[in-house]
Amino acid sequence: MVYLDYSATTLVNDDVLNTFTKVSKEFPGNANSLHDLGLKSRDLMKSSVKQIADLLNVFEDEIILTSGASEANNLALKGIAFKYKNRGKHIISTKLEHSSVLNTLNYLETLGYEIDYLEILPDGKIDLNDLKKKIRDDTILVSISQVNSEIGIIQDIDLIGKILKEYKKIIFHVDGTQAVGKIKVNLASVDLYSFSGHKIYGLDGVGCLVKKRGIELTPLIHGGKSQTIYRSGTPCVALYASLAKALRLVLTDFNEKYNHVKELNEYLKDKLQEIDGVIINSNSNCVYHIVNLSVLGIKPETMLHALASKDIYISTKTACSDDASLSLSVLEFTKNKDLAKSSIRISLSYLTTKEEIDYFLTVFKEKINELRFKKGE
Amino acid sequence: MNRIILIKYGELTTKKSNRKFFINTLYNNIIKKCKDLNVIISKDISRMYIEYESLDEELVIKRIGEVFGIHAYSIAYKTLTNLDSIKSTIREIIEDLDKDKKYTFKVETKRSYKKFLMNSMECNDEFGSFILKNYKNFKVDVHNPSLTFHVEIRENYSYVYLNEYKGIGGYPVGTLGHAMLMLSGGIDSPVAGYLALKRGIKLDLVYFEAIPHTSLEARNKVIELSKKLSIYGGEMRLIIVPFTKLQENIYKNVSENYSITIMRRMMYRIMEKLTLRFKSLAIINGESVGQVASQTLTSMSVINNVTNIPVIRPVACLDKLEIIDISKKIDTYDISILPYEDCCTIFVPRHPVINPVLSECIKMESTFNYEEMIDEILANLNIITITPDMDKNKYDDIL
Repeated sequence: MVYLDYSATTLVNDDVLNTFTKVSKEFPGNANSLHDLGLKSRDLMKSSVKQIADLLNVFEDEIILTSGASEANNLALKGIAFKYKNRGKHIISTKLEHSSVLNTLNYLETLGYEIDYLEILPDGKIDLNDLKKKIRDDTILVSISQVNSEIGIIQDIDLIGKILKEYKKIIFHVDGTQAVGKIKVNLASVDLYSFSGHKIYGLDGVGCLVKKRGIELTPLIHGGKSQTIYRSGTPCVALYASLAKALRLVLTDFNEKYNHVKELNEYLKDKLQEIDGVIINSNSNCVYHIVNLSVLGIKPETMLHALASKDIYISTKTACSDDASLSLSVLEFTKNKDLAKSSIRISLSYLTTKEEIDYFLTVFKEKINELRFKKGE
Repeated sequence: MNRIILIKYGELTTKKSNRKFFINTLYNNIIKKCKDLNVIISKDISRMYIEYESLDEELVIKRIGEVFGIHAYSIAYKTLTNLDSIKSTIREIIEDLDKDKKYTFKVETKRSYKKFLMNSMECNDEFGSFILKNYKNFKVDVHNPSLTFHVEIRENYSYVYLNEYKGIGGYPVGTLGHAMLMLSGGIDSPVAGYLALKRGIKLDLVYFEAIPHTSLEARNKVIELSKKLSIYGGEMRLIIVPFTKLQENIYKNVSENYSITIMRRMMYRIMEKLTLRFKSLAIINGESVGQVASQTLTSMSVINNVTNIPVIRPVACLDKLEIIDISKKIDTYDISILPYEDCCTIFVPRHPVINPVLSECIKMESTFNYEEMIDEILANLNIITITPDMDKNKYDDIL
């Protein structure tokens, strides 16, 4: 198998999985129980949370564990929108967001919130002047993904955060799902930050919202105090521990991993550029682990299945996106419908080898010829 | 540029004959504090110098801020002892400053290397005119300068620095002997411990536990508090005293209003034995005059009557709010307010006696054989070694 869809989900690290099973077996108590078994689970939960906090350089009480990044994004957006509705109902975001942000914003719109989407500059970065222009007295929230999931554009969240610091009422949410473990992240200038476990070689079903001190949220799930008061439910200590472990492991030898992916990215792009009719959409502002490209004249789904028949796995748009016809992110970025209709995403990992890239390139070229030929008939 | 930390001892240098012992203890405490960092520490009679890897600067400064006995410190630039090197160091410091701002300054030279070719006054002139000549935005103001260039000239190396930062003061822990702290889970006793450490007293900690009336959670809370104290006090022992049986017998055998008084007397008796066993010189606790019934002067005197060992009460005369301020500063407050029962909060009598009578206590105590119970307790102590990062590797196989 040549797996090149790491941005959809990563393959779980064996050590992380071992943590999950070990904790599930050896820490049976409910972390909310008062007896020793509960205490033991609670202690491990606290240590897991502390490790996550330390790795992100935030406080322990700023960590809210969720079922994933979609829940974290929902909790951030709805939580702020509901909590601070008396301050205003205006929210600013971009069209480059993940569907768990875009669809939540659509939902909030039906409740009377106003959403403004920022202009994107030709290099993919948001237009900061447009941001300043769109900020109003009743703006309560700005939500921007640090790394776009389809093309991989990196936004400068430090700079945006610094601009937003001047507006006391505005809370800055960053969806960091594609950033954590892939690029260096610094949460100093953000108020809320989401990410998930399964994008960092952890398990599905666990994610995190970092919520800085001093900010309040209306919970999505009400109930008793759990890991935090912002998200009820029996704490799943095994998942929390697995997330702490996954985060630690993905950040171990970070520079080596980063440089390895960088080299693969450059190699892959070089080779892709030699192929007729292939246009690389990702530019130099993009993360190295995502290469978005369009194969003019070939439907993305057709290419996806053709590659899958040779045991190669890539994706069209993000796996979570629901619009069947074209990629909104690519359209927003390239302003070109043809590119948006024919884009595929290759996503790499530090586990990816040059041999895998070579195999992919060989098959890819073959399939382009085959599919073009069929079309020509 | 070679940045180093230059430490000033302050109060230590007044202790003439003990000076060497004080400095050596401080030196060892700093070494222990920085044992995981790559630092080189050297010392002389008035200064200590810490060389470190530039990436660790923030961390070293944080650690230095947790060591008692440091009066003040500066981030200094180390250079060779000759005029040109010192001047080029001054130049580098100035280049780092905002060029568009105007500064007033003075130069203060300390010359402990008396064979240097100029005396201190001449050095001040020399470096002052060097700055004036080369930088138009600098003007001399010897009374109220915005910058003071400190130049310390020593035999091989000299040091130049601008600012001086305050250390936490006190005496190096260990220079004033050893004592035992009665540590409950409350706000006062950790603060008392901190203040004792500040005066150079090395501490071991004693926690009275009454399982099942108190929970393991309460013990963990005390361990967390101990870890905080250990940041300042280095490695300590936490002695867990199994108090259940004795405490239950107190409630069975003495009248309710005297139960706290007698309990405290029992604790003091145990503390006395512990100080002897651990070769300790004093008992430290968090009693504060008037705070609760057992802390009236009458109560204190009746309770204290069971021992001749000095009992030091560092927070005795502080207001609760003053104690809370310190507990917040040393990061114990949030732990202390966790709501678990400790052995002073279980079995609380409705009307504890405020003015207990000694003879009454003695009479009540004669009704049961507490001495045997104390012996049993002392044979069953549980001792935990406390360091700030003792739990660091607890979940190594999991996390």
